[in-house]
Amino acid sequence: MPSEHNELKKGLGLHTRRVIAYIVLVVISFFCLFWFYVLFINATRSNGELQSGFTAIPSGNLVTNWTNLVHGTLPVWNGLINSLIISALCAVLCVYFSTMTAYAIHAYDFALKRFIYPFILMIMMIPTQVTALGFIKLVSNMKLEDSFIPLIVPAIAAPVTFFYMKQYMESSLPLSLIEAARIDGSGEFHTFNMIVLPLMKPAIAVQAIFTFVSNWNNYFTPALILHEDKKKTLPILIAQLRAADWLKFDMGQVYVMIAFSIFPVIIVYLILSRYIVQGVALGSVKG
Amino acid sequence: MKKKSKAVRYNKWGYIFLLPFIIVYVIFQLIPMFTTIYNSFFENYMSGLKQIGPNFVGLKNYNSLFSQGDIWVYTKNTLVLWIMCFVPQIILSLLLGAWFSDTRLRLKGQRFFKTVIYLPNLIMASAFSMLFFTLFSDGGPINSLLIQIGFISEPYKFLSNTGSARGLIAGMNCLMWFGNTTILLMAGMMGIDTSLFEASEVDGATATQVFFKITLPLLRPILIYVMITSLIGGLQLFDVPQILTNGTGDPMRTTMTLIMFLNKHLFSKNYGMAGALSVLLFIITAVLSLIIFKVTGNDKRKG
Repeated sequence: MPSEHNELKKGLGLHTRRVIAYIVLVVISFFCLFWFYVLFINATRSNGELQSGFTAIPSGNLVTNWTNLVHGTLPVWNGLINSLIISALCAVLCVYFSTMTAYAIHAYDFALKRFIYPFILMIMMIPTQVTALGFIKLVSNMKLEDSFIPLIVPAIAAPVTFFYMKQYMESSLPLSLIEAARIDGSGEFHTFNMIVLPLMKPAIAVQAIFTFVSNWNNYFTPALILHEDKKKTLPILIAQLRAADWLKFDMGQVYVMIAFSIFPVIIVYLILSRYIVQGVALGSVKG
Repeated sequence: MKKKSKAVRYNKWGYIFLLPFIIVYVIFQLIPMFTTIYNSFFENYMSGLKQIGPNFVGLKNYNSLFSQGDIWVYTKNTLVLWIMCFVPQIILSLLLGAWFSDTRLRLKGQRFFKTVIYLPNLIMASAFSMLFFTLFSDGGPINSLLIQIGFISEPYKFLSNTGSARGLIAGMNCLMWFGNTTILLMAGMMGIDTSLFEASEVDGATATQVFFKITLPLLRPILIYVMITSLIGGLQLFDVPQILTNGTGDPMRTTMTLIMFLNKHLFSKNYGMAGALSVLLFIITAVLSLIIFKVTGNDKRKG
């Protein structure tokens, strides 16, 4: 009873705060999901139905819209596969080598460290777009246009991911552990792969997701490198759809195309979200 | 690490582990950066089908970049859009993060809410923009819905009004990034020693006091990270306005961002101007991040 009284005096009661929190969360959730619900509804409706206004009930034209899209001019399957390959490889390379770079800075004391660590923090600020001009020139000099290599390999040097890994190591990778591994006769590379990487799992999971997503979303760089239709990634195809005279388009097809780029990710995410949220939670318990 | 001889033997591994990063960085970022700077001093563009240059022109590209005046408009647009997006985003994220990590509040369905708020971040920005473009077009579902419920009598032209077009872009970006920020901040908040919260509870602190006196100060490293990355992201704003306006920055170029401007030059192969703009963007980014470093006192952590 005294504590209850105390709370009332000093701030909102726990119950009130909980109710406010739930209301805000429900409103926010609505704004997060509403668009995808409309997208789903509209993807099931025919062009004619779409012109006649908004409705909250799905119609039965999903398959028709889909068949029309696949038999249309956009290479949607290629786009999906290209996007998948690029994003997945980027995520793997990025987290592995960023952890390795962070480990080099975290666990070793070498002459250039004083110079390199601030240097990486400095270059973290440089957006990729700023060097895009030189990047295009380099890619065309290397004859790597329409190749995935210039989109995948640069993921190895990711200062932002490095920074996150370094921060995480500071809080949860004790150097004594590495010393112990050395005493047990573990080689440095072996220690990194077998002891450091598993300990970094929560951070790796979070960063792998972020990297995959940012590459999946990436439109700027691929649009400058990939010109051949079959090599294009999904964002480029979407941009093409936007640039087309969309008023003449079958809007059902447009919605199916958008749904096609969005829903596979949503489904995979819903399956993995438990591990994602758990990974984040695990990482923070140690922090 | 105190035993010197042993340390030296191991420390060569520091270089070995750094090697992949350095090689890739030099090839794919450092060299392009120098090429970009180098190109900014050359006249190099297509006039119709005729290639002009490359001729060395010194600072002429910079001169025309500023004298044409477009750059100021686009800088302002970019900053306005970033602020419109970042302010609600950070407030929302701090609030949600504090609620989720509050052990006294014990919210139910946390996993559901976390899953939902992070969801928009996974959505391809260009697909999301295309979706908003169709939803908010003059004859689109949002307008039909608003007319059907009697909120408006004729379609509102969302993409033809500066306020609503900017609002849409900022709103979409906020929606896409606040979940990400919340998760990062929450991870930081949950990392705070719970005994601190218990102690403050015993002392009778309110949730607001706990938030401002304990959570925020201890969260500073992660807040710095969030702010820096958001600033970098804000200056890079491209996909959403590009797709939403089909690269025009309509209405009246009020949603044209700096990177859209750069993209225009890159596609028209005006490499001189693209170079000058890139260098300018580089300087803006550097200055802004230095300010953030200074303001948040990050230099303390560098040791």
